[in-house]
Amino acid sequence: MTNTEPNNSQQAESTANRSLPIVENFTRRAAVKGGFATLGAAAFVAAVSPLRQAAKNTSAVEFMQQHYTELSPEQKADVIARLEAETKEKYGADVTISDDRPIPGTKFVYAINLSVCNGNGKCVEACHKENNHDRSTKQSYIRVIEMPKGTMDMEKGSTTYSGIVPKDDKFYLPVQCQQCDEPPCVDVCPVKATWKEEDGIVVVDYNWCIGCRYCEAACPYHARRFNWKQPEVPAEEINPDQSYLSNRVRPVGVVEKCTYCLHRTRRGKLPACLEACPTGARVFGNILDKNSNIRWILENKRVYILKEELGTKPAFFYYFD
Amino acid sequence: MPRIASLLFAVLLCLFASMALAALWQSGTGANAPTDRAAEAQVSQASAHSNEAHPVIIRKPSGPPRIELAGTDPQGRTGSVACSTCHSVRQANLENKTAATLDEFHQGMTFNHGNITCYACHNPNESDALRLADGSSVAFENVMTLCSQCHSKQADSFAHGAHGGMNGHWDLSRGPQMKNNCIDCHDPHVPKYPKMIVGFKPKDRFNEPSNSEHQQEGTAAHDEH
Repeated sequence: MTNTEPNNSQQAESTANRSLPIVENFTRRAAVKGGFATLGAAAFVAAVSPLRQAAKNTSAVEFMQQHYTELSPEQKADVIARLEAETKEKYGADVTISDDRPIPGTKFVYAINLSVCNGNGKCVEACHKENNHDRSTKQSYIRVIEMPKGTMDMEKGSTTYSGIVPKDDKFYLPVQCQQCDEPPCVDVCPVKATWKEEDGIVVVDYNWCIGCRYCEAACPYHARRFNWKQPEVPAEEINPDQSYLSNRVRPVGVVEKCTYCLHRTRRGKLPACLEACPTGARVFGNILDKNSNIRWILENKRVYILKEELGTKPAFFYYFD
Repeated sequence: MPRIASLLFAVLLCLFASMALAALWQSGTGANAPTDRAAEAQVSQASAHSNEAHPVIIRKPSGPPRIELAGTDPQGRTGSVACSTCHSVRQANLENKTAATLDEFHQGMTFNHGNITCYACHNPNESDALRLADGSSVAFENVMTLCSQCHSKQADSFAHGAHGGMNGHWDLSRGPQMKNNCIDCHDPHVPKYPKMIVGFKPKDRFNEPSNSEHQQEGTAAHDEH
């Protein structure tokens, strides 16, 4: 609304002459513009307020930390020392975080005997404890699916079963990360926060992940988990034996996954879920070793892989006696 | 108008500047981590890879079972006795198959292991030992030899780690492996693995109670096509 009418303008001028000069030329259009500009600014401030929070929660060193694969040994040591100190501060637990690297000449492979798995869920619990998962959500990398007999389509199963197992008309299919040779989760990551290592384990740099959850959507085995909140673990329940790429307590807002317990298996030990299995259904080993248990199973048992048609090439096999 | 715009710009500049300052200040307090830990972080990856092979240890039963006595002897002592305490003076009935045909002792025992007699496995001549199909005696400690006579497929799988639980190391150059014995999991008299009760359940989107509309994510929608 400009001053088109002389009467109005004259009136305004006279008013301006008499009162404070600051409202001079202050038209309705300017007022509306100013109003919207203020709204816009306020919206912007509201939108960036999480960043201000983040500045409070995240130190600049953490924010500036390089990708895991680009860290020098000295930087890695600094990062690990910082993470250990943070765990001490936030959780009150003394932990040791190592940087376990692949053993040359190994490719880890898992197999599960579906003839003996009875769905008791001890593996799920063991994973929960071993990997310092959030206690209130009872997070775990393993999901045991109760399946109707006659199909290997995991989407036909249910995880809600309870009570006495095994049920006569069902079989039980534990599903966790299959450590695919063609991992769709790695392909979709926009920031390369997840990758496949030489021993076949797909890992995540939990300090590089931006939490977009593309990988979670891409995984046909529903194997990835998202930390909706800061994990809560009592100090006395924290597993102090940790690794940077594995079971250290993860930050809020990142995607996490099974690493075949690399903090154990890269030191020659068996994964926690295998040791916990009361039925002995789980088999773990190095497929490059001709004499390994895994090789014998692949050569002598009826072996299945999940969702073979997707071409993900899992390093995870299911077999029947 | 330009005045307002420049004012807004100035406000934004101040905002960014203050955020940067806050971040820098945080770094000043949090960055003083020790740097002398480079060696320690590398230890695990360079852990000495010795070639000495560790053993696979198969757990063994402690020995022949002992029967706990119900009462006390004249001196007031409780105790346990070996099988041979009674069986050395009793005539062995080679026909017995279940507890139902026994006139005394072992009455409450359940037996569900095929159609075999007690003395198919127990040794009638030496009751503190077991008996193989060829009649030779085998100690309770070596019960797996006995089981393997019929369950050779399981024994074969066991030998290759495909049957039975284990603990310890997959890599025997780094540590030993402990394996269960047949009777750690299977009661020899009722060998079928017992039923269990599901305890631990994570709370995730797959574990919501399934109702008609909102079933396992994706499945319902896919099937309707």
